[in-house]
Amino acid sequence: MPSITREEVAHLARLARIELSDDELDHLAPQLDQIIGLVAQVSDVAAEDIPPTSHALPLSNVMREDVNVPCLTPEQALSGAPAAEEQRFRVPRILSEEA
Amino acid sequence: MSDLTRKTAVELADLMSSGETSSAEITQAHLDRIAATDTAVHAFLHVDTEGALAQAADVDSRRAAGEKLGPLAGVPLALKDVLTQEGVPTTAGSKILEGWKPPYDSTVVKRLRAAGIVILGKTNMDEFAMGSSTENSAYGTTHNPWDLNRIPGGSGGGSSAAVSAYQAPLAIGTDTGGSIRQPAAFTGTVGIKPTYGGTSRYGLIALASSLDTPGPCARTTLDAALLHEAIAGWDPMDSTSINQDVPPVVAAARNGDVTGMRIGVVKELGGEGYQPGVGARFHEAVELLTKLGAEVVEVSCPHFQYALPAYYLILPSEASSNLAKFDAMRFGLRVGDDGENDAEKVMSLTREAGFGDEVKRRIMLGTHALSSGYYDAYYGQAQKVRTLIARDFARAYEQVDVLVSPATPTTAFAIGDRVNDPIAMYKNDLCTIPSNLAGNAAASFPVGLADEDGMPVGFHVMAPVMRDDLLYQVGAALESALADQWGGVLMSKAPELEVTR
Repeated sequence: MPSITREEVAHLARLARIELSDDELDHLAPQLDQIIGLVAQVSDVAAEDIPPTSHALPLSNVMREDVNVPCLTPEQALSGAPAAEEQRFRVPRILSEEA
Repeated sequence: MSDLTRKTAVELADLMSSGETSSAEITQAHLDRIAATDTAVHAFLHVDTEGALAQAADVDSRRAAGEKLGPLAGVPLALKDVLTQEGVPTTAGSKILEGWKPPYDSTVVKRLRAAGIVILGKTNMDEFAMGSSTENSAYGTTHNPWDLNRIPGGSGGGSSAAVSAYQAPLAIGTDTGGSIRQPAAFTGTVGIKPTYGGTSRYGLIALASSLDTPGPCARTTLDAALLHEAIAGWDPMDSTSINQDVPPVVAAARNGDVTGMRIGVVKELGGEGYQPGVGARFHEAVELLTKLGAEVVEVSCPHFQYALPAYYLILPSEASSNLAKFDAMRFGLRVGDDGENDAEKVMSLTREAGFGDEVKRRIMLGTHALSSGYYDAYYGQAQKVRTLIARDFARAYEQVDVLVSPATPTTAFAIGDRVNDPIAMYKNDLCTIPSNLAGNAAASFPVGLADEDGMPVGFHVMAPVMRDDLLYQVGAALESALADQWGGVLMSKAPELEVTR
């Protein structure tokens, strides 16, 4: 019994916005199943009363004064854009026909 | 003058301050070495000939004008392609960033510039630092200069290979689970993961933000310490940066005295599954430290065995979120923008075309670990295990000053050996991962060659948070004692690379 099915992997790919081909699914699904088998070992550890650590060092929020600081020019900010128009990122339409 | 590429950074700095040579000559010698050897090694993704020579000329003219310069001014360096350098192509080893030129410098690069260090170019790496061999780079595998049929380690295999091929005396790596230390072990060089927060992540293309740490690579301990000092320290641009003085790493590297130091051998990191030659060199090095006056005891860290599974939940979870920014909208590749496809379709097509297998695996794994219904069992539980690992360290450091283990279970393996077995690949980092989860400082130092394959073995030292200096103290002690035995550092045993003209 696999810990993750081919259909579940296809679902994850959709959630992660990665268009996977059938061949890739055939290849990646069994590997993910193996990896999940490995990581599931964490459940062997009795840790009910243990607090979680999200960060190695105890830190609180870091604030700075709310003042203007130098930043990128529009040209610099757009310099790596796949498409730009009128000093803005040009993106594909965000609503589909049926929406 | 003898070959400038064989000199350490310290020797090069001396030659420049005495006026025997210039940064321009040194930089040119290294560019020539890259041209002659990189067809075989493939350490570099981009060589910035013009920029490097301009930086060198600038240092030379400042020196001529009598300006007081830092200890590494004019020394060349190779930069891992995961750190931004303004106007220089930065890909993180991924197709999705092919041709991207960042509009700003990372803090590490700013500090390198301030120190007058000359950046030769960008080094190869596993895509987004996900891997242990550079085989996950979208731009081909780097070859280990000790044996071109083997991998140099990863993800920072390009940086370590450049240093070990004498293409640069110094390099910058980044370490999320071992990406500085494991390649250092595999190439017979020195690699340091500073304390998390000791070096800035600003401008580092994030893999796992709670683990990523930039650090130095070099052929000697003192060179690494000088580079460490140049890049480390508080940075207001990184909210997890530690606002304290940099530990006295250079003084420790010059001192190298381990008399009375308490050293703990981690029981759980060794034995079964470890290559005999790795175990043999490790135990000899421990013995050597005892002879040098250290007190060695065995220490148990029972939760370290769960570090690997916890890491492969925490890292993919953070990575899946960090890599969401590669959405084909603001920078990088865009595929399928034909006027018909909507943004979501373009995003999916771009990520399909732009990401390699390992990146896809880890993004999907992270998405799974964070999805409702699995969160507590996976990500939540992994964070608890992280606490237990940090407690193991804390308990150990009550008894000892530093912990030691082999840096890797095996030496460098053959190219292609583990490509289709992700789990075998992940096990490369068994010894290095606990320090990333706990955030403490750690390093790999070369301690000889394995008898069975003649490949370098790395000695792993772990020190408490902000005690990075202890790493250098142990490294320097080993280095000088071993150099006495061998009549030179380990790198002097490396085979000559065939040079193409």
